[in-house]
Formats: sequence, structure tokens, C-alpha cells
Amino acid sequence: MSRVRDLQKNLFGGTTSNARQFGMIFTLVAIVLYFQIRTGGLTLTSGNLIALTQQYAYISILSIGMLMVIVAGHIDLSVGSVAAFTGIVVAKAVTEHDVPWPAGILLGLAVGALIGAWQGFWVAYIGVPAFIVTLAGMLLFRGGNQYIGNADTVPVPEGFRVIGAGYLPEVGPATGYNNLTLLLGLLLCAAVIWREWRSRRVRQQMEGAEPAPAWISVLRLTILLSVIVFATLRFAGGRVGTSFPVSGIILAVLVIAYSFYTRNTAGGRHIYAVGGNARAAELSGVRLRRVNFLVMTNMGLLSALAGMIFVARSAASGPQDGLTWELDAIAAVFIGGAAVSGGLGTVSGSIVGGLVVAVLNNGLQLIGTGSDMVQIIRGLFLLGAVALDVYNKKQGRFSIIGSLTRPFHREPPAPPGAPATPSRADAKAAAAG
Amino acid sequence: MGNALLEMRAITKEFPGVRALSDVSLVVAAGEIHAICGENGAGKSTLMKVLSGVHPYGTYDGDIFYQGRECRFGDIRASEHAGIVIIHQELALVPGMSITENIFLGNEPRRWGRIDWKAANHRALELMSLVGLKEDPDTLVKDIGVGKQQLVEIAKAFAKDVKLLILDEPTAALNETDSRHLLDLLRGFKQRGITSIMISHKLNEVEAIADAITILRDGRTIETITVASGEVDEDRIVRGMVGRDLESRFPEHVPRIGEVFFEVRDWTVRHPISADRLVCKNSAFTVRRGEIVGFAGLMGAGRTELAMSIFGRSYGVHLDGKIFKDGREVEIRSVADAIAHGLAYVSEDRKAIGLNLLDDVKTSVVAAKLSKITRRGVLDEAAQYHEAESYRKSLRIKTPTVDEPVTRLSGGNQQKVVLAKWMFTDPDLLILDEPTRGIDVGAKYEIYGIIQRLADEGRGVIVISSEMPELIGLCDRIYTVFEGAITGEVARRDADPELLMKQMTSSRRLPTP
Repeated sequence: MSRVRDLQKNLFGGTTSNARQFGMIFTLVAIVLYFQIRTGGLTLTSGNLIALTQQYAYISILSIGMLMVIVAGHIDLSVGSVAAFTGIVVAKAVTEHDVPWPAGILLGLAVGALIGAWQGFWVAYIGVPAFIVTLAGMLLFRGGNQYIGNADTVPVPEGFRVIGAGYLPEVGPATGYNNLTLLLGLLLCAAVIWREWRSRRVRQQMEGAEPAPAWISVLRLTILLSVIVFATLRFAGGRVGTSFPVSGIILAVLVIAYSFYTRNTAGGRHIYAVGGNARAAELSGVRLRRVNFLVMTNMGLLSALAGMIFVARSAASGPQDGLTWELDAIAAVFIGGAAVSGGLGTVSGSIVGGLVVAVLNNGLQLIGTGSDMVQIIRGLFLLGAVALDVYNKKQGRFSIIGSLTRPFHREPPAPPGAPATPSRADAKAAAAG
Repeated sequence: MGNALLEMRAITKEFPGVRALSDVSLVVAAGEIHAICGENGAGKSTLMKVLSGVHPYGTYDGDIFYQGRECRFGDIRASEHAGIVIIHQELALVPGMSITENIFLGNEPRRWGRIDWKAANHRALELMSLVGLKEDPDTLVKDIGVGKQQLVEIAKAFAKDVKLLILDEPTAALNETDSRHLLDLLRGFKQRGITSIMISHKLNEVEAIADAITILRDGRTIETITVASGEVDEDRIVRGMVGRDLESRFPEHVPRIGEVFFEVRDWTVRHPISADRLVCKNSAFTVRRGEIVGFAGLMGAGRTELAMSIFGRSYGVHLDGKIFKDGREVEIRSVADAIAHGLAYVSEDRKAIGLNLLDDVKTSVVAAKLSKITRRGVLDEAAQYHEAESYRKSLRIKTPTVDEPVTRLSGGNQQKVVLAKWMFTDPDLLILDEPTRGIDVGAKYEIYGIIQRLADEGRGVIVISSEMPELIGLCDRIYTVFEGAITGEVARRDADPELLMKQMTSSRRLPTP
């Protein structure tokens, strides 16, 4: 029993992780295995994995920003429209006004940041709820996209397409694999090992705090490394000319950077403080308005990036780009364990949540499910995932709060009647009543 | 008195790290009014929550016998079904609904599936006359006073066919007339055979009305006194509640007071919404190093407003006034400025604005000065742990580890976490707003010790408190505040409750003795 509990608490990601995410990872594994079998092995082919990465990289980028917005206690409904608006601005600039494409990307980021700042201004300094501000933004920038593009499609040049449809180039000796992807996988393995070692060392410096048992570290490393090696070989060994997508690299860099920022810096912790208790944060010296403003601005920036990657992938910007992206991003964040009331959630959780949605979508498409059924299944899945979380929290098991705040804490045997075991007590009471 | 209606035997209830009730017994005879007395945190509310099924059967140890049968309530519904109705201090009424609607909320008389308003109004009138409430039953609850709202609550209990009525601090918010009416009402119920349990701090009322009194202290039953035995007097109750004489409620302390280092002049602040209301009027005061300065005043006198407006203008609109620290004027425009200038404000409401309840102990402790554990832009988790751990030891915060969520700590320990959070910022001046509100006697004593230690380290401490004995026992000097103005200044040796009360209720500044 205690081993199982150790496992639940410690297996994935040490302090970043929570049991919710642990459950999510198992859901992910289950879904992958299910579709792998149902599709006769199509799900985990190189081609499908690469397509999956390209197809969902921009949603995951959005969900990073959305996670921070939601943790701060807001919501952003405008991300799809902002992405579409930026897309058309950049496409026009690059195609019709001969702006070089790297400058076009910078322009796009600037436009996104500006839009984010505009929305952040209303949210942070005027105090209009983000729901309203971004609902307005959703209409505003969707209209803006169609106004600028004349509701037409604008193509983008070859160079620009790299960020959405590009791959790591072939270099070095012919190994039968893409060498850069192999190198990337190797680096990732080294990073994972280093991180595990470091987190154990940090924990050891805290006298009195027990690090997770060593066997858990070994188990975790074994699992993670095998997944990485498997994925590396798949991505590196695809059709010639394909390899790990550039958009996947952008996503990976952002995930690492934002995970670090939200977890390990004062600025990141301020976002959680504001979402957890805004007044308390304010009275602790947190600049409430600035945090809200920056969170919204950042969302604009990431929306712009996601929009440009999408345009690059589809080689053109159109009036229907980014429709319902906000819903996908929000769903990913909540499936990944964030709290609706703010203050809780992790970047890595949102990515796992996004991955679950992506694999589900992809798998359903592979087995030929119609888009009507796909939507129904996704809707039920979102509801079920969050309901399960809420239910578990009420039962006092597996709660986000509990596991987030005490990931390494090994409980002494719970005293009778303590909330650690209320599930049994409740069951008894129910039976008695 | 007749047979026991209720008997709670050896009730033990534990929360993680805290034993809220240990081996508590309570016997209530049928038809009596039974008072439960005890300090904050003695376990009165927990005991009532166990009884009413808020803490369901299985989460506590011990047995409950009610009407001669053992009861295992799984939730409030079960206990209400048995005729046990609890009326909480915070009334559970919907302000925007009428009296009738409130009385029958969740219990609506139905006819063919729809609510029979005619019957409801009729029955409401009966119930209202029973509790002596003369109002139109269609009146909205928000339009009647607190006293009448309380009566609506009681009428609501009667609508549920109550046999055992539990009232938690029923007269706390009532004025004299309403209180008297309520007590008369309870006597009337007694005649009708309804048993009441009343939790109260007002010992004169307890003495006047109760047939028996059970005293709880630190989660234990101290004794049950029956009025018939003729042994009831306030002193005895107080002794039972406090467990020691009032004299020893404060640690021994010899102040080491230095020179004036903090001064506020002409401090004038207006209300954030109503432009013509001043919450601070030309307030001026000083604090010396090593000194504990008290601020006495009635509720709403403007002490919290004064403190918060000084702490980075976090309340109201600043109109006028200057702050001097170490002889130089300082500009404090934001909370960040205030922290940078060595100010700390521990709020009176730790749950609403003092803590992020999603945090654990260690993140709470460092929350107000993250820069102190930041190395090259990165939070140092080991440093955070060490800091929190050192406060856990030095303040004796009762928690298994600093990884524990703050919500699992008792009130007194949460307050210590908040104190640690502000001590971590290394302040020169700490403003403590009701630092011992809602915490038990033992923890109070410890917090007084911490406050004295802070002063002895050469810091200034301001204590805002509504408890007169606390101010007199703890502070070296006391300012009195009335309607936003400082009306007096009393040195410790001159402080007595009568003098303070006079100044707290008079706008005229009395000559300093």
C-alpha cells in the first residue's frame, strides 16, 4: 500500500507533478495503447507522430499562455481570433509588402504583444473582467482578420513555412536516421537525468525532508528514458526528408522556459499568488495590476506565435484560421489539472492535457470516426475528466491541492478518522445511513 | 430535570496535527436550557458540528445517544430529520427572499408538485407569532434588522419540527432589547418542552437563563454545573474557561524602549467610495524602538483603516499626512514601498486577506519577500525550505512538515505562519491587527511572547485589539481611536479599562494624564 502511495506521489516530475497529472499520464498511455491496437499500429508510426506534433504544436503553445491566464484567475476567449489576425497581418506584409520573412515573424510577435497589452490594459487597469474583454477581442480581431484580408486567403512564401512545416535538416554521416533528431534525443536524455539528480540533491539539502525513495527515481528515469529513446527513433527514422518538426522544437523550448518561469522565479510565483488570493497577494507586495497585465500580454504574444505557425503549416492565411482554438486550449488546461477558480495548475500538466486531447482526436480520425462523433466524445471526455477531479478532491484523495503541495511528503500512517481516509469513513456512513 | 434527551459520550475528534476534542461528554436533560461556555478554540463549535452531522459518523470517536437511541448522523439532513436544528452565528438566510420563502427554503409545502404559497404564508404567520415576529411575511429578509432575522432563523427551525434547538452565539450581534426578547423566547420554548443548547460568551445571559452549564477548555469537558445546585457564578465559569488566573495570561516582560523612530503626522484618509467620509482625521502618533503600542477602539472606529492606509495606501484615498522614519520623511505609495521601508502589516482576517489558502507553509512564509530566497533570478527551494523550517522551530508552529497546506493548520498555527511571513521581511515596524482573534488561550500566550521578543529585538510593534485586557496586559502605551480620530494616549501604568472606554467613546481628546 505504501509503495503504491509512493508511486502515486513521486513517479512523475517530482515537485512539478501532481497526482492529477499522474492520472492523466496513465489516461494518455491507455488512449495511445487503445488506438495503437484499434488502428493496427498506425498511431505510433513515424508519419503519424510527426503529423500529430505539427498539428497540435500551436494548440499546445496556446495552452501554455492559457495556463498562466487561468492560474491568474482569468480566461482568454480571443486567442483564436488574435492568431488569425496576426496571421493575416504577417501574410500580407510578407507577400504583398515584401517584408523579409524573419522580419515578418518579429512583426507578428509585436502585433500579438500589442493586442495582448490592449486586452491587458482593460483587464488590469480598468478592471473589466477578462471574459468580457476577450469576448470583445474575439469579435474585434476576427473582424479585423476579414477586414484586412478581404475575407480572402493570402499565401506565404517558402521561407516562412519553415516554422510550421519545416524539419530538422540532414547533416553528418548517413546513419539511416536523422542525425540532428538523434542528437536532440540524446540531449533530452542527459537533461532528464541531470534534472532527476539535481532535484534529489536539492531535497537532500533540506534536512528533515525525505527525498522520494531511490527506487522511484530509477523507475521514473527508466520509463522516461525509454519513452524518449522510442520517440527519438520514431522521429528520426521517418520518411526521408522528414524528422522532428521545427514547430515541435519551438514548443519544446517554450515548455521548458515557461515551466521554469512559473515554477522557479518570483514572477511565476506571483501569478499563482494572484490567482490564489488576489487581496492577500496585493498586501504581500505583489503588483496585482502588473501581473494581470503581463499575463494577458504574454497570451497575446503566444497567440501570435501560434497563428504564424499555423499559417506557415497551411502555407496561407485565411478567414477561418483559429476557429475554436480557444476552446481547445482551455480544455487542455483544465484536463491538465488547473482549477477553474485559479491559483492551481502547471505548464507540464497542460501539455499532457493537450496531448491527451490531440491523441484522442487523431486516433478517432484514424479509425474513421465522423467529426460529429469526435465532438461528442471530446465533450464527454472533458466533462468526465474534470468531474472526476472534482469528485476526487471532495473525497480527499488524489486532489490537486493535496498532491501539488506535498509531492514528496510521506505520510505517517493516517490517524483514524483523519481526512486522509475519509473515503472509507464516508462509505461506512453511507452504509449506516 | 427529567431524563437525558441527549448524551454525547467520550467524543474525540482529530484534525491532522490537532486534537479538537478529546473525550468530551455532554448530557442534556429533556426540556432544559443548556449553556456551553468556553474560550475560542475550546471545541464548542466542533462539538456541535459532530452533533449535527457536519462531521459525519465515522470521522470521530465516541457515541451519541439521542432520545434513548444511539445515533449515527451521516449529514445535516439526518440530524434535522431527528429534530436537531442548529442556528449558526452567521445566519443562513437568503437576503433577497421574503420571510416566508426563507422559512420554508428547502422545506416548501407542496400541493400537486407546486409550492402552495397560501398554505406557506398561513403557516409562516403562525410560526412568526410563535417567535414574536410582527412583520409582513412578504417582507424581504434584507429589509429587516439582525434581531428579526434571527427570529426568522428560529421560525425556520420550527418549520422543521425541532426538538433540540442549538444556538451558536445567538445574541452576539443583537442589541439589548433584541437579546432580552430572544432570551424570553427561549424560556417560552422551554415551557413548550423544547430543549435548547446555547453557546454563549455572554456570561450574564448564561447565568440568567441556563439550567445547566457545561464548560469546555482546550477540547476537554471541565465540568457541568447545574443551576439547581446553586453553585453558579461568573467567576467560577471564567476560572473554568480560562483555567488560570487572568494575571498570568501574559508572559513576564521588561520592556527595553529606545527613541522614537516612526512617526505619523496629520494622517487624513477618506473612504474609498463615499467622498465625504473621512476614515482617518488628522491622526498623529509615534512609535519607539522596542515599544509595543496599542490601538484601542470600538468596531468601526477606523483602526484597521488607519493601519492599512499607512501600509502602502492599501485602503481608502490618501488626502494628507506624512510619515517619518528615523527622522526622515518617507514616501510610501505602495505595499512594495512599505515592505521596502521595513513595514509589515498582519491583517485581522488571515483567511480572507492574510494567506493564500492554496499555499503550503513554506511558500506562505517566504511570500512577502521572494527576493530574499532568489539567487540570480531563480528561487532557491532549499533556502525556502530552510527559512520555513527555522520559523517552524522558533515559533513552534505545530505542523508535521513545512510542506503541509496552511488550511490543515489550526487558527493559532496559521496565525504563527502569518507572523513568520512578516518576520521574514525583517521589518522595523510590525502592525498587528487583532493578532489573537479566534485562537485559543495557549496559542495566545505564545503569540504574546513572540510579540515581546520582536519588540526586544529593537523593532516597533503596533497592536490593534478589541480585547481590552490584551491591550492593557501587553502594550507599553495605548492610543484610543474614535470615529477616525485619535482621542487619547495612555501609558501602561495609567491604563485601566474604564479610562480607555471613556476615551474610546468620546470624540473629545482628553488631557493625557
